[in-house]
Amino acid sequence: MQFISLVIEDPSAEPYDPALDNIQDWVREGTERGILLRGDRLRPVAEAQVVARRDGEVLVTQGPFAELTELVAGYDVLECTDLDEAIEFVARHPMARFGAIELRPVWPFDEEA
Amino acid sequence: MRAALASAHRSDWGVVFGTVVRLTGDWSLAEDCAQDAFVRALDAWERDGVPARPGAWLVTAARNRAIDVLRRRRTERSRLEALEVAAASSASSAASDDGAATDPGDELLRLVFTCCHPALPLEGRVALTLRAVLGLTTAEIARLFLVGESTVSQRILRAKQRIAHTGIPYRVPPEGLREDRLHGVLVVVYLVFTEAYAPTGGADVRDDLAAEAIRLGRLLRAEHPHDAETAGLLALMLLQWSRRAARFDPAGDVVLLEDQDRSLWDSDAVREGLSLAYAARRDGSAGWYALQAAVAAEHARAGSASSTDWAAVVGLYDELVAIRPSPTVLLARAVAVGMRDGPDAGLAALDALGRPAELAGTHWFDAVRGDLLRRAGRPAEALFALRAARAQVRSPAEARFLDRRIADLGLSRSP
Repeated sequence: MQFISLVIEDPSAEPYDPALDNIQDWVREGTERGILLRGDRLRPVAEAQVVARRDGEVLVTQGPFAELTELVAGYDVLECTDLDEAIEFVARHPMARFGAIELRPVWPFDEEA
Repeated sequence: MRAALASAHRSDWGVVFGTVVRLTGDWSLAEDCAQDAFVRALDAWERDGVPARPGAWLVTAARNRAIDVLRRRRTERSRLEALEVAAASSASSAASDDGAATDPGDELLRLVFTCCHPALPLEGRVALTLRAVLGLTTAEIARLFLVGESTVSQRILRAKQRIAHTGIPYRVPPEGLREDRLHGVLVVVYLVFTEAYAPTGGADVRDDLAAEAIRLGRLLRAEHPHDAETAGLLALMLLQWSRRAARFDPAGDVVLLEDQDRSLWDSDAVREGLSLAYAARRDGSAGWYALQAAVAAEHARAGSASSTDWAAVVGLYDELVAIRPSPTVLLARAVAVGMRDGPDAGLAALDALGRPAELAGTHWFDAVRGDLLRRAGRPAEALFALRAARAQVRSPAEARFLDRRIADLGLSRSP
C-alpha cells in the first residue's frame, strides 16, 4: 500500500546538524528496497500560492493556505507492505530527528470507505 | 452445556475472532462471525451434545459463516478464496474438524499484538483487546470504565477502521520490533487487570476478568521466557491476585494490606508470583514491572505489615521514581517512608510532592495524607483530610472504609 510521508519542520526538535544528515543513504536504501517511489523538498512557503475557484472565478493568492502547510518542507511517496514497514523506514529519515514525519496512507479511488 | 459454552467463550473467543481476521482481514466480519458461532453453539450443543473439541467446532462455524457472508457480497473474491482454501485444507486434514489450521496460542498472540499496536490510541487498544481477545460485550466494557456504551462502540469502531485503513498488519511483530511492541502489550494487559481487580472509577470488581488478564500474561510469558518485564508483570498480577480472598471482609468492606488475614492468601499464586518476581530481577533487570513485582514480593514474603522490610520497599520505589515519577508511585513511596521512618517522615515526603495535578479529582492524595496524620496523632487535621478524600471517592467500598476511618477518629461528626 502507498503512503505519503510529509516532512514537517518542528521547532521543538533538536537543532539541525548537517553532519548527521544521512538523507543520501536513506534515499539509496529506500530506492534499493523498492519502497521509496519518489520524494523531494518543497520550495519555501514564501513561494506558495493558493488556487481556488469561487463563483466561476479563479483566485490565486500568495502564501500558504493554513499554518500546517507552512511546516511541510518535503514529501516522499512510499510503497510498503504495511504500516510497520513505513514507520520503520521513515523513523530513520534525518528529519524524523530534526523535525517530524507525518505518515498518511493513500486512499485509492476504487477503495470503499 | 451452558457451562461448557461459558468455558469455551472464555478460552476460545479470541481464537475464533482471530481466525476470521487472519483469513479475511475484516474485523467487523470477525466480530459478527464469532458472535454467530457462539449463538449457533447454544442450539447445536443442546441438540447434539458438546463436541469433543469445542474450540475447533466454533472456529469452523465462524469460518463457514464468513464464507456465507462473503458469497452473498460477491465482490470479495480474493478473501473468499482464502477462506475456501482454508476450509478445504482443514477438511482433508486428519483432524477434520480443526478449522484453526494454526496453533490457537499463536492466533491469540497475533490478535493481541495487533489490538495493542502503537498506532492505535491507548483507549482504543484497551477496548479492542477486551472485545476481540476477551469477548466482552460493549456493555460490559462500558461498565468497567464507567462510560457510555456508545463511547465504547465508537472507540472499537475507530480502532477497527484505523487497522483497516492505515495498514496495521495482523501478526506477531518480527524480531527487532518485538521487544518494544511486547512492552506495549504488557501495558494493556496490566490496565485490563487493574480495572478488573481494583477498578479506579468505582466499578464492580471482576475477579473473572482479572484471571483472564493473568491468562494473557501466561501466554506472553510462555512465548517470551527471557523477557524480564513479562515475568515481572505476571508476578505482579499473581501476587496481587493471591490476596483476593483477604482484601474484602464478609460485608464487602475493604481490608487494607496491613490488616489482612495472611492465611487467606492463595499460597500457590504467592509461590508462583515470588518465583517469577525473582526471575524478573535475576539478570539485574530493573524495569517498571520487575520493580513493582519486587515490591509486591516484599509484602508477600513478610509475615505481617510490621515485619515488612520497609527499607527495601522504599529503595524499590526510589528506583521506580527514577524510571518514571508517576504520582501513584510517589504516593506509595511516601506511605513506605512513613512505615520505615514514622508518620512524620511520611508526611514530609508527601508534602514534598505538592499535590500532583494527575491526582486531581481522585481521593488518593487526601486519603494517604489523612492516614499519615492519624498515625502522627493529629486527629483534627486527619479528619479534615479524610473528609476531603470522602468527598472525592467513587467506589462504595472505599467510601465505607473512609467513613469507618473518620468514625474511628472519635471526633465530633458535626460539620
